[in-house]
Amino acid sequence: MKSRLGRTGFNALVAIIILYSLFPFYWVFKSSLESSFALNRQTSSIWPTQWTFVHYEAIFAVENFLRPLLNSMFVAGMATLLSVVLGSMAAYGLSRMPIKGKVPILGFILLVSFFPQIAMVGPLFLVFRHLHWLNTYQSLIIPYLILSLPITTWILTAFFSQIPADIEEAAMVDGATITQTITRVFAPIAMPGIFTAAILGFLLSWNDFLFALSFIQTPNMDTVPLALVNFRNAYYVHYGQIYAGVVIASLPIALIVLFLQKRIESGLTAGSVKG
Amino acid sequence: MAAKTQLAPALGTGSPQPKRRRSYMAARSRVGYLLVLPAVAALAAIAIYPLVYNLVLSTRFDVLTEPGTGHFTGLANYKQMVTDPNFWGDLGRTGIFMVVSVTLEFVAGLILALIVHRQFKARGLVRASILIPWAIPTAVSALLWKMFFDIRSGFVDFALKALHLPGSQLVWFNSPTLAWVPIILSDMWKNTPFIALLLLAGLQTIPQEIYESARIDGANSWQAFWAITLPLLRPAIMVALIFRTLSAMLVFDTIFVMTGGGPGQSTEVVAYYDWYKYMVSLNFGFGAAVAVAITVLALILAAIYVRLLRQRGGFMA
Repeated sequence: MKSRLGRTGFNALVAIIILYSLFPFYWVFKSSLESSFALNRQTSSIWPTQWTFVHYEAIFAVENFLRPLLNSMFVAGMATLLSVVLGSMAAYGLSRMPIKGKVPILGFILLVSFFPQIAMVGPLFLVFRHLHWLNTYQSLIIPYLILSLPITTWILTAFFSQIPADIEEAAMVDGATITQTITRVFAPIAMPGIFTAAILGFLLSWNDFLFALSFIQTPNMDTVPLALVNFRNAYYVHYGQIYAGVVIASLPIALIVLFLQKRIESGLTAGSVKG
Repeated sequence: MAAKTQLAPALGTGSPQPKRRRSYMAARSRVGYLLVLPAVAALAAIAIYPLVYNLVLSTRFDVLTEPGTGHFTGLANYKQMVTDPNFWGDLGRTGIFMVVSVTLEFVAGLILALIVHRQFKARGLVRASILIPWAIPTAVSALLWKMFFDIRSGFVDFALKALHLPGSQLVWFNSPTLAWVPIILSDMWKNTPFIALLLLAGLQTIPQEIYESARIDGANSWQAFWAITLPLLRPAIMVALIFRTLSAMLVFDTIFVMTGGGPGQSTEVVAYYDWYKYMVSLNFGFGAAVAVAITVLALILAAIYVRLLRQRGGFMA
């Protein structure tokens, strides 16, 4: 990379990557500030011609977009909480306790993450219909465990295995009870790993479209991706609202990534999650 | 828990009495199983149960719009599936999509990983900017790219017009072949970062000394790439390829949002076919037969993955 040509080529490549990753966001953001008239015109420009916030007002006032945001946060949050609790317990057992069948158990958990989501839609639909659970939060929280629990357990098992058991043993020798050992000694050390697992579990649940599409039947229960797609299916296509909705849906995710980039990367590689 | 607490010192003092030690270990392993049980039970209930249910359902005639007519039909659903040209058409398109998207994403991901592995000024910016698309929900990413290719307000049309290139005013989604372009671009945008990150982690495990000794032996960087980087990166490459192949095989969100399988059936894939049979035709017996077929294909990939992990030495590799 010493030649000038090589360096220029390298920089050009870097510029292309950044543009490909970020420019679509810029375009969506720019378009979300453009008037409906400008959006429906046959000519666009790189900069908004008539600035307006009307689409943002509309998605909250008319489309009630706050509701899907809260729905998504609640179902993804609950699924994450459950995954982290169950996953931490399992990971503690797998990494600390002398149990047989560690490899088959981890293998089973890995296998579940290979099960096609589409193959579960039909049976789960029939079960939820039978229980009168269609169009409820639990009809999403429960299936989301398939998305987040395997990865959470894998990441946590990997993290917990790296924490030396001597620390807890020393605490117990000093007279700490098992509860004290876990809450005062183990938990503080394990927290970063648990946090990492939680972020990934949350993002994977937040990502779901298929389960929400299949089990949710009324707009007030829509998750964010479902609500956005339903804007489009509505009688008249409000481009501006779709643009504004995509911005609102992407913004929290972008912020999470920017602040927690290191953790997400380490979790991704520790768990080798599916994308 | 209380019993365990009393026994705890035995571990610290190095098992003074074999008998107590043994019962302590037994107690610990019991607790271990109890800790693992809820997660395993939950996954079995939510994932294994539907699979078994599908096997049963696939041998039945069960259409929700015809209540009370459900009955055992043996392999009739499977027979109908393998004789449906649409099924094979969708399977074929899924196969082509898998090969094209995974190949492109792999090449791009490898280049990306090699770039980010270097030290340069904008490195952090590149890492952050590729991770954001990965974190955006697939359906949102598909919608974003659909708008990007929109005839009136999209960027592609604007750019083609500005550069006086042909293809402006082209309704991409009306063409059976061109409709794949935004689909593939959206899929790449979202999934290339995943491959890049796995490969980057692989690159970081290759010791720098190998490259130095290769350079002393007169190898140029191109030779070093083929002789050192690629072979040593093989495990990471395989993991990335298998995960990506699996999710490309199951592609649904992108297709549903961008084209709904259209125009006609030209972008319809096998997961969409199955979803349609289940949730639109409400033909649950037939949908289950297709689901069984998809599951078998996914499990073949899983088997290959487990085999690779074994070669690498254990699950926690």
